[in-house]
Amino acid sequence: MRRTYTPAPALSVLETLRWAWRQLTSMRTALILLFLLAVASIPGSVIPQTGVDPSAVFAFRESSPELARWYDRLGLFHVYSSVWFSAVYVLLMVSLVGCFIPRARQYWRSFRAEPPNAPRNLDRLPVHREWTAVDSGAVVAERAHRVLRDRRYRVRRYVDDRGDQVVAAENGHLREAGNLVFHLSLLVVLFGVAYGSLFGFKGGALVVEGEGFSNTLTQYDEFEPGAWFDPASLDPFTFTVDDFAVTFETAGDQRGAPRSFQADVSYVEAPGAPAQQYDLRVNHPLQIDGTSVFLVGHGYAPEVTVRDGNGDVAFRGPVPFLPQDSSYTSLGVIKAPDAAPQQLGFEGFFLPTVAFDEQRGPYSAFPDALAPGLVLTAYHGDLQMDGQPQSVFVLDKERLRQFEQQGGEPFRILLRPGKTVQLPDGRGSISFDGLSRAVRLQVSSTPAKVVPLVGVLAAIAGLVASLFVRPRRAWVRVGRRDGDTVVQAAGLDRVAGGDLVGAVDDIVTAIRPRSRDMEHA
Amino acid sequence: MNTGLVDAGQFGYISDTAFVFATVVYALAMTAHIAEWASARRVAAPAAIRAQERVREPEPVGAGSPAGAAGAVGAPVDELSDEELGTERYGRVGVSLTVLAFLTHLVGVGARALAAERAPWGNMFEFATTGALAVTAAYLVALRLYRTRWLGLLVTVFVTIVLGIAMLTPAIYVAPGPLVPALHSYWLVIHVAAAALAGGAFCIGALSSLLYLLKSRAERRTAVEDRRGYLWRLPGSAEVDRVAYKVHAFAVPLWTFAVLAGAIWAEYAWGRYWGWDPKETWAFITWVVYAAYLHARATAGWQGRNAAIIALVGFATFLFNFVGINLFASGLHSYAGV
Ligand code: HEM
Repeated sequence: MRRTYTPAPALSVLETLRWAWRQLTSMRTALILLFLLAVASIPGSVIPQTGVDPSAVFAFRESSPELARWYDRLGLFHVYSSVWFSAVYVLLMVSLVGCFIPRARQYWRSFRAEPPNAPRNLDRLPVHREWTAVDSGAVVAERAHRVLRDRRYRVRRYVDDRGDQVVAAENGHLREAGNLVFHLSLLVVLFGVAYGSLFGFKGGALVVEGEGFSNTLTQYDEFEPGAWFDPASLDPFTFTVDDFAVTFETAGDQRGAPRSFQADVSYVEAPGAPAQQYDLRVNHPLQIDGTSVFLVGHGYAPEVTVRDGNGDVAFRGPVPFLPQDSSYTSLGVIKAPDAAPQQLGFEGFFLPTVAFDEQRGPYSAFPDALAPGLVLTAYHGDLQMDGQPQSVFVLDKERLRQFEQQGGEPFRILLRPGKTVQLPDGRGSISFDGLSRAVRLQVSSTPAKVVPLVGVLAAIAGLVASLFVRPRRAWVRVGRRDGDTVVQAAGLDRVAGGDLVGAVDDIVTAIRPRSRDMEHA
Repeated sequence: MNTGLVDAGQFGYISDTAFVFATVVYALAMTAHIAEWASARRVAAPAAIRAQERVREPEPVGAGSPAGAAGAVGAPVDELSDEELGTERYGRVGVSLTVLAFLTHLVGVGARALAAERAPWGNMFEFATTGALAVTAAYLVALRLYRTRWLGLLVTVFVTIVLGIAMLTPAIYVAPGPLVPALHSYWLVIHVAAAALAGGAFCIGALSSLLYLLKSRAERRTAVEDRRGYLWRLPGSAEVDRVAYKVHAFAVPLWTFAVLAGAIWAEYAWGRYWGWDPKETWAFITWVVYAAYLHARATAGWQGRNAAIIALVGFATFLFNFVGINLFASGLHSYAGV
């Protein structure tokens, strides 16, 4: 019994590794990993993703914090950069490399090999033709050689042990080459995508009409750098949004759907460069060096003036509000830190077309600014703006008190353009002076974009070659039998489904001269 | 736009009328194909097929000619029995009606484009009608190349249902109109055209794979003397499988290209070529499943039945992307008018 327990440990580790490698690089494993990849992609299309819709993730965390904790542990809010998702595709790629190398080596060998000798009995092949010729064997063989070469076969001539002249031909190496190119291209695509996301960035900014933007970190409302992105590599351009125009569908089923946006911008590529004009539209980004500026949306920026209890102007200017729905009900806050004796803050909605509803109260009925209004509640106290940088869309209410009406209801303001509302107890006023628009811009840079592009194109070309090219072998043997020149032609397909009969007949017709019909089959 | 003769509103009317007419004619074609299958219910398999599949008898000389073609679908009429003749006739009527429905359908899609003054694929109604057109187109091409009349019933059922739902569901039907700005791009035109064509081919591939599964199961389970009905008028399962493969081999590279064109469009529209938006994610899933299909066909133990099932899963993911994601998920790809 004991003897059966004496394996050589070093060997078995090696053997195990070898076995594991063979398993990993088998077609079956590749297949299973492909399935895993498909299945692993599903959760990210169902669960909100930080990289796709951060506000949906935020809402999810608010509504189900317990589940969100689990999701966080499993990386389910960023599936496509999670450990387990990466594990699947990294394994797949390792498997692919493991497959690729031996196959490339074998391909290289077969690519350099000569077409193989004819089988002894050509008449056993799936398609076979035989006839007698009047020409000499050498002439027929020469013609066969030419015919096959013209059909892009690789051709070799030899004389076999019976003294027959043989033309051996082979084509369709492109199939395997295509397959190799296809698999290699997948690596190229992955590499290109990885490079772009490591060294690139994506940022967003809301820029009010008439105002400018310069490409530095502080100007972004949100900024997502790649892991190896260097902020010093930001291109030093600046631009100003001179004008913005938008139109909406005004009738029919799709009333309110946006029809066109356009922003006229003037930009300077680098300090000291001349200013240039560009019409920024959806699908018409501004490209400056490797950075692209996209118009991805727009919103409103009501111009307001806040006066404090002393009657001094505490704040004046346009304030961007964030659109929340397709009617551009927009959320925003107004901060007046200079107000005395206490700072003032406002929070609420901007409605481009105010309408009223029994239940909902005021709402927006149309995205265009047909009857704009601000619906606000007001606060006084300490805005806490001297510590950490704050979001311009959020009011920190910890040290703020809401203005109230008699009876304790919040003091509500509905402001129309050109109107002013006084705050209770003579603490100041707010006026709605006019309306500017703001454009939502996305600024991004993805270096090496052409790499995945070229990769996919090569993958398609390789795939087409590997699916449609049919490797084929053909032989023509010319010998003398009983004083006649007997010609045999035969073909063999290495993948099923091709028209081998047609191909062989085509070769035969070309070899047999048409005019001298003295030959007989 | 006023062309003088017909204005945009009239094109819209022509388009809607053509869609209604096409749906009715597809339904008639479907009826003819139902009759075709029903009429073959009691007909025994053609002798050639019965012989071919009996215990390994040596093949008669000349059996290399198209397997079991005699008596199978599309055989010369004069060799057929009365019942077979009936089946044949219904089949031909079905094909003729399908061609008529296709032409009408084409007019519908074309008039829709003229009415909206753009390529007719800006919302779900248009995706459905254009996609269904691609299915019929792929079927008619396959019919010419591989004589696949045996797909007629499944194709007409599918297309009739899709068109019917698109026309009759108020949430889907929308009158022709212009597009949201993100859709103004010729890359979109290329992307959707390629995706629709690939989708049409995927559908034909999936229906062939389905018939392959039915046929190969029948070949395994049905005793020779019990072999009767339409399934036995199909070519052998190996041939059905070959058709399925060829159609998929056409569709997969095209789908790859469609995804690429979509990525290029996304780069222009949103500044990123890939963002794992739900629609993109499912396009990727579909691609991976079809890659697995092609892979399976070269993997020992996975050819045949398993590969065919993978093809069906692939088409299911494609449909889900189109229906499920459009209706349930929100992302950059969800547009006005569903
Ligand atoms: C990223 C993962 C992969 C994808 C998407 C993929 C996809 C494909 C596709 C679509 C085909 C069919 C087209 C053709 O014949 O060229 C194929 C064939 C093939 N793949 Fe892959 N593959 C992957 C990974 C692998 C791996 C890891 C292996 C190694 C086991 C492998 C080995 C093969 C082989 C040998 C064929 C040729 C089959 C034949 O002879 O027709 N592939 N692959």
